[in-house]
Amino acid sequence: MHSLDSYLFISAMLFCLGVFGVMTRRNAIAVLMGVELILNAANINFVAFSKFNGMNLDGHIFGLFVIVLAAAEAAVALAIIINIYNNLNSINVDDAAELRQ
Amino acid sequence: MAELVFWFVAAITIISAGFVVLNNQLIYSAVALLFTLFGVAGIYVFLWADFIAGIQILVYVGGILVLVIFGIMLTNKIKSVRISHKSMQQGVGGAVALWLFIFLSLALSKAPWAISAAVEPSGTVREIGILLLIDYLLPFEIISLLLLGALIGAAVLSRGDA
Repeated sequence: MHSLDSYLFISAMLFCLGVFGVMTRRNAIAVLMGVELILNAANINFVAFSKFNGMNLDGHIFGLFVIVLAAAEAAVALAIIINIYNNLNSINVDDAAELRQ
Repeated sequence: MAELVFWFVAAITIISAGFVVLNNQLIYSAVALLFTLFGVAGIYVFLWADFIAGIQILVYVGGILVLVIFGIMLTNKIKSVRISHKSMQQGVGGAVALWLFIFLSLALSKAPWAISAAVEPSGTVREIGILLLIDYLLPFEIISLLLLGALIGAAVLSRGDA
């Protein structure tokens, strides 16, 4: 079957694409999609190490927790983004540079 | 055959992730993200993680992606079909991402991983359940509290000043 390296290679590619998205996108929702790619890449690593370490299921538990955290993060982030849109009428992350109301 | 399917799934994952970060229209990015998440679920199946693959489809595709599409719809003028957005500094960002990728692949191909072989289990759900309720009971309870907090926080934030 496939070696550990091929999974790590795929995950590294996904991670770099996510980092690229977070760095270049200016729309807050597109930045959020980049963060989701990064979390998925980390999750592939957890599950791959879990399989190649004698099917040690601790990695699966970590993967589950990452998925739960991603869901919570997406919900709160979208609530914040909708608030920013209501206040500034734009979701460009460069426009949201002030802390005061 | 399994080899071919594996590389097909991996190619779908990576190519649609490229669409997610490069496409200029937000809705197309969201649809490409759908294929990426399905591809990652397929990779979990190849890693014998049937439960994680199911949860990936339930939570990511059924929950997070729908939330993202709701977010796109609520923060744009629906009447304009073309929901586009600009990317900035793609040259610098691409250079940094490429450098990071070369660094990571060099590191992971040179590292001496301690690999121990395993037999394919008939299913992981039972063992994951036992682990969650015995070894990882405290993190499990804490993360349920965190989900409750995120639920209340998101509702309060998006309700406005009422």
